[in-house]
Formats: sequence, structure tokens, C-alpha cells
Amino acid sequence: MAETESLLETPLAGLHRELGGRMVGFAGYAMPVQYAAGIMAEHLACRSSAALFDVSHMGQAELRGEGAAAALERVTPAEVAALRPGRQRYALLMNRFGGIVDDFMVANLGDRLFLVLNASRKAVDLEAIGAALPAGVALVPRPDRALLALQGPGAESILAGLAEGVAAMPFMGVLETSVAGIPALVTRSGYTGEDGFEIGIPAEGAETVARALLAAGAAPAGLGARDSLRLEAGLPLYGQDIDETTSPVEAALTFSIGKRRRLAWDFPGAERVREELDSGPKRLRVGIVPDGRQPARAHTPIAQGGITVGEVTSGGFGPSLGVPVAMGYVARAAAEDGTALELMVRGRAIPARVAPTPFVPHRYKRTPILQGVAP
Amino acid sequence: MSQTRFAESHEWVRLDDGLAVVGISTHAQDALGDVVFVDLPEPGREVEAGEAVAVVESVKAASDIYAPVAGTIAAVNAALVDDPALVNRDPMGEGWFFTITPRDAADADKLMDADAYAKHAEAGN
Repeated sequence: MAETESLLETPLAGLHRELGGRMVGFAGYAMPVQYAAGIMAEHLACRSSAALFDVSHMGQAELRGEGAAAALERVTPAEVAALRPGRQRYALLMNRFGGIVDDFMVANLGDRLFLVLNASRKAVDLEAIGAALPAGVALVPRPDRALLALQGPGAESILAGLAEGVAAMPFMGVLETSVAGIPALVTRSGYTGEDGFEIGIPAEGAETVARALLAAGAAPAGLGARDSLRLEAGLPLYGQDIDETTSPVEAALTFSIGKRRRLAWDFPGAERVREELDSGPKRLRVGIVPDGRQPARAHTPIAQGGITVGEVTSGGFGPSLGVPVAMGYVARAAAEDGTALELMVRGRAIPARVAPTPFVPHRYKRTPILQGVAP
Repeated sequence: MSQTRFAESHEWVRLDDGLAVVGISTHAQDALGDVVFVDLPEPGREVEAGEAVAVVESVKAASDIYAPVAGTIAAVNAALVDDPALVNRDPMGEGWFFTITPRDAADADKLMDADAYAKHAEAGN
């Protein structure tokens, strides 16, 4: 079919078809939206045991050279310079108007930084980061690498059977090891709210690793389950919940702005971020729970007493909750938890309320020592 | 009960004692995936053939359901309100959506029979 002909494939394209993957176009790639089990079963498998996602469409790149961390700080408000070797952090790439160009992960591998970028934004990101680099710092895209996400409460025991050292990793830890005999860059992170790992490997080793993880009990899961899992976990999706017009304050992502950066205000868009932190943003990203069973999808208008106060940016059914959930932007006055709203679905007002996120509690592998420290 | 007929938009219709019973095909429910909500029309509503009258929501998306024949909505399947997954489990039977009192009972004959529909669905429509 013509529309799929121009799509790129990941190194696991053959395996997806073998597993009955229903392929769709996403960010220029042919990706499985689901396998034979279906989105609901794949979602629940991730929450109850372990699911394996191919996320090789995402961008991977290395930042090498003296001063790489300082260079990256020119385009992100994250604390990169103090990121210790063997640690990873969530960061925002910003434009000078205080909008979000992308959200990404940055890991410190000791001799270099390693970035994971959204598939739909990787070309934009590489250009923006590249333009900010001084002589001596090089940005090296790694399209030769595949990326797998193994997520769920059973992820640790599955991966520990195939790789040394992974069970001891803390949330957001980074380890260069080997998985099923293939050299791998493993991080303890993900996009589901569950404990789990992202496993970076050379493209030619991807199928070996994926088959080993499936044989050890992981259920294959597609982009459909990835979306419903991240929605329940309250995690934003770039291009839907955040974009170049939304600020980190509006998007409720200020946790990703380093403390030192808030003193120096030395990142793109700092003026807007500072103003919004001081005076409050006009709108805020919030969780929303509709009454009843009817889902409210992206772009559903949000009203209060018949007056529009915002818009849903992601919405659907939460398979773990058995009810619909959504997130979206509302005027600050309507952003308090419990605030009654109306979602205008096909001309009818569905009662809803603002709710705290995550809708399903995160179950990350936090290190016990941090849990004992007073805030 | 008459032969089951199919619309190009994947609804089926079966005449039962003068009433047109309408649902979605096995192929359609498979393509949609897990159904989580069904928005049904008001009984008494006048509908034209091809008019969007109901909505079926799966985990990933919402899809319109079209009236395969013109007439008046007679009844809706209340069981789908509490158990929308009936559409997946028994699309051609217990998972019916609504009934129409057809303006002209012969309208259903203009739709595809099972063989023609199977070819239509197989062609990726």
C-alpha cells in the first residue's frame, strides 16, 4: 500500500509481523499499534507482569567532548553539569520564547552524555542542540542503535536472568552491560509508570535481545498500550500535551528545572518561566476524570458553567482503572483538584472533575535511602 | 428472520419481524479492538441511510456507526451501556446496537450479502 511504502522500519520489523503486529505509521516509522492480544491485554500485562516495547524509532545520540554538559545546558533548564556518571535525568529542550521544543532523557556515561529523543522531534532536536555547541563538543547521532523498553513489575527478574548488575540499579540509573550476550546500554526508566528498563543495543543485536526477553516471559506490547499506560501514569506526550507553545510551568514540568538554573536563569525562555513562576501561568496541565464511561479524546473543549476554560490534550480509557481518564490545559482558576468541569463531547456536556496525576501510582525503583530523608 | 446484509461502512442489518436490527461486523470489531463505550441514539429519532447515529469507542479511538437503512430508531441495546465489550464477544448477535423501523423494508436488499462483504473487508476497506 502506497501510504506505508515510504515508512521507515525498525530492526524488529520482521519480528513484529511474525508476532501479528498491526502496523501503523508513527513519526515516519511503521510501528506495531498492537499485537494479537490487543491493547487492553497488553496494557494489563505491563501492569501485572512485564511488557516489551520496540522504541527503536526514538532518536539516540551522543554528546562528546570537554564541556558537553555545559553546552547542553545552553538549550535545557535541566541540571546537566551535576549529573553524576551512571545517572540519567528527564530534561526539556527549550526555545527562547519559553516553549518546549522536546522532552528527552540525558544520561551521563562518564566519558560522554547519551540522549534519547522523541521520534517525531529528533531532526529538530539534533539541529537545535548542534547549533548551540562550541568547538570541541560533538553531537553524534546513533541511528545504528535500537532501543527496547521492558516495563512492569516482572521486568527486573526477566532482565536479571539475561544481564549482570541490573537488579541493583536504582530508578534513573544507567549501566553499560550485556543482555543475552549483546553489549547494551541499560537505564532503569520508562514511560509507563512501572518499574522497568530501557535497553539500547546495536541494531543487528536487537532481534536476539527481543527474542530472549520474550522467551523469558515478557509480553509484546505496541504503541496503543504505550499510550494508555503513559496516560494513566500522567506522563505528557510531545506534540499532544506539550509543544513549542507550552511552557514548563504550564505543563507542570518545573521539576525538570535545576535549582541552580533557577538562580542563574541562564536557559532559553527563562524570562517567561520566571514570570510564570512568580505570577502564575494563565493555564495549567491537569488530570481530568470524566463521570461515567464515555472517554473524552484530544481536542475536546473543556467548559465551566458553559464557558470554555480549556481543552483536552490526551484522553481515553484507562484499562487498569476501568474508567476514562484525560489530561488537558485549563485556566488557572479551574486547575484546583476536585474542580467541576464539563467536557463537550459531540455537543453534550459530560460532567468531569480535575484530578491529581498519576491516575495509577508510579512504582519506580526508588532507592530506600531517599525514602528515609525528610523533605 | 431475513438474510444478514452489510453496509460498506461495516454495519450489518437483519430484518426481524419487520424491524431492522443493526450491529457491526466481526471484521469491524476486530479492527477497532477492545470496545470501552458505546454512544447510542435516542429511540424515536428519524434517520437517513448513511447518517452517523451512534459512536463506538475503543481504547484508542472513537468511530461513527451509520444507519444502514432509513427509518425511525425503535430501540437500543441497553446491555452495551454496562458491558460494551459485548460488541467484541458477540458482534453479530448479543452485541447489536439498535433497531430501526425501516421506511422501506426493501432498502436492506440493496446492501451487500455475506460473500460480497467478505470480499469488501478482505480488500482492506
